[in-house]
Amino acid sequence: MSTRLTTHPILGTYEKGPKVNFTYDGKPMTGYEGEPIAMALKAAGVMVHRYTSKKHNPRGIFCAIGRCTDCVMIVDGKPNVRTCMTPLKAGMTIQTQYGVSAEPFPELEEKA
Amino acid sequence: MKRVDLIVIGAGPAGLSAAIEASSRGLSTVVFDENARPGGQLFKQIHKFFGSKEHKAKIRGFRIGQTLLDEAGKAGVDVVLNATVMGIYMEKEVVVRIGKAIEHIKADAIIVATGASENMVTFKGWTLPGVIGAGAAQTMMNLHGIKPGSRILMLGTGNVGLVVSFQLLQAGCEVVALADAAPSIGGYGVHAAKVARTGVPFYLSHTIVEAEGTDHVTGVTIAEVDHSFNFIPGTEKHFDVDTICVAVGLSPMSQLLKMAGCKMEDNPKRGGQVPIIDEHGATSVPGIFAAGDVAGIEEASSAMIEGRQAGLYASEYLGYIQDDTFGEGEADLDAALSGLRQGMFAPGNKGKVIEKTDEGIPVSTSLLHHGFVADDEIERFPGVTHRSGVHPVIECTQNIPCNPCQDACPKKCIEVGEHITALPHINEDNPCINCGMCVASCPGQAIFLIDEDCGDGTAEITLPYEFLPVPEEGTAGTALSRDGNPVCPATVVKLRTSKAFDQTVLLTMKVPKACAMQARFFKAN
Repeated sequence: MSTRLTTHPILGTYEKGPKVNFTYDGKPMTGYEGEPIAMALKAAGVMVHRYTSKKHNPRGIFCAIGRCTDCVMIVDGKPNVRTCMTPLKAGMTIQTQYGVSAEPFPELEEKA
Repeated sequence: MKRVDLIVIGAGPAGLSAAIEASSRGLSTVVFDENARPGGQLFKQIHKFFGSKEHKAKIRGFRIGQTLLDEAGKAGVDVVLNATVMGIYMEKEVVVRIGKAIEHIKADAIIVATGASENMVTFKGWTLPGVIGAGAAQTMMNLHGIKPGSRILMLGTGNVGLVVSFQLLQAGCEVVALADAAPSIGGYGVHAAKVARTGVPFYLSHTIVEAEGTDHVTGVTIAEVDHSFNFIPGTEKHFDVDTICVAVGLSPMSQLLKMAGCKMEDNPKRGGQVPIIDEHGATSVPGIFAAGDVAGIEEASSAMIEGRQAGLYASEYLGYIQDDTFGEGEADLDAALSGLRQGMFAPGNKGKVIEKTDEGIPVSTSLLHHGFVADDEIERFPGVTHRSGVHPVIECTQNIPCNPCQDACPKKCIEVGEHITALPHINEDNPCINCGMCVASCPGQAIFLIDEDCGDGTAEITLPYEFLPVPEEGTAGTALSRDGNPVCPATVVKLRTSKAFDQTVLLTMKVPKACAMQARFFKAN
């Protein structure tokens, strides 16, 4: 089931940019240009944005306004990018962040 | 180094209002905001605001945001976005990061309007993806059109928890319950009532034991707590949910003020670490002012007035105001702000248990503990009267600063009086013309138009409806009572929309006469 709302009782419809392609951990995905990366991922059902460096615990969207840094990922090779604040652009490469690297932790490798 | 008269930090309701006031008085003003869009949290607020005309009552938050932006544009306010203020240094030197550049800028006055951030509580599993702030839920659904989840538990029954729960329902999410460790609901009763009548249960004196799941939330367990907030064994309740929303208050983001050397205090009534300010937002450092949530957690409505005040006082501080206009502006703003700070939920009443309304009527304990006024309580409130023909029934039972109903009625059937927090009462001498303006204007959705006896054994109830899909005329369904339980069969007989109703549909349902005073929500079969 899609989590995107097409109509809303108060807001009507939502203004969105053009549809663009990007990749998430190598998988092709689509989203709308200009919406936060985190929103495009949420719409695609992605919950885990990163795993913490010490305990390897999963983290996802938490505050959605750039305060908490739980949603940081590797964007176009750059780690620690707040995906809730960074607008989606065509062709972006988004990767799950393990600690501060794109290299999965050994015990999570199978899942990834 | 660049110099301006005034730097405003934060382009939310307080900051924009301050900048508009100052700019229109001739101060060269620049506003910095770290976000890509101005307006702060206003554009996520899709409900109608409380207050009076002067507070923009009955207007939805995002529309107020748009008006503020338009005003700022007209006043020539320079809003710099993606600009993070990193520090306030000696002699009012501000360091700001704009994109990848660090810039230094100096002003003769600074207004700090940085707002607040959400509080959090910790419980087992609280870091799992799927545990989100209530503000995050608003951002997802109201700005970006993304459903935060399918089945959601809300922790916290302050106004944020209540309002966001209703908004989640509007976005088509299922809210399985609201829980709060406190023994009674913290926010406005009318906000709770509009959630409760859709069938969402409230669990007071309950909090989260555990969020379950391995890499995202799959369930939650709550349990009752005793007076010292310890779990009572055997009271656990489990819900299958994919999302847990946390709405446990806000804390002022006052770090910049502290850095600037302003005297601070820890004041729980104002939400935490706040600057010590006079009644006009002036801090202990001459020329530095604070406005909005950073100066004490309140509503966006009061933030806008505090912003105006800070703008006015900064203008006066810099010598831009002639004395006579200053006095007028000062008095108007003082009156507007004090209007909002009255009633049961006034900042000074935080934490107090209030047993009676200003009118001396015992408050509804069911409302405080379950989110709805019980059948045997409702009749004692002055907005609830009976007469033949269509008439308004106003289920407004707490003294809150709000009076749009009084202005909405063209026939003056409804009276709040001079005191904005008084409970509305019905003026029996004046006829109701069934125009529906009162139903649509009530930000608490607490007004119903009722014909208790249509003469054929039925009654008709008109209620505000803000969900999709809107059931068509003739749709058969079930009427739910204030507690959200099915009470009788109901049929939709009329739907009214109007620009003046602002997206609120007035739904009229026909029910058996005996249910006229119970049926308060319609659910299609």
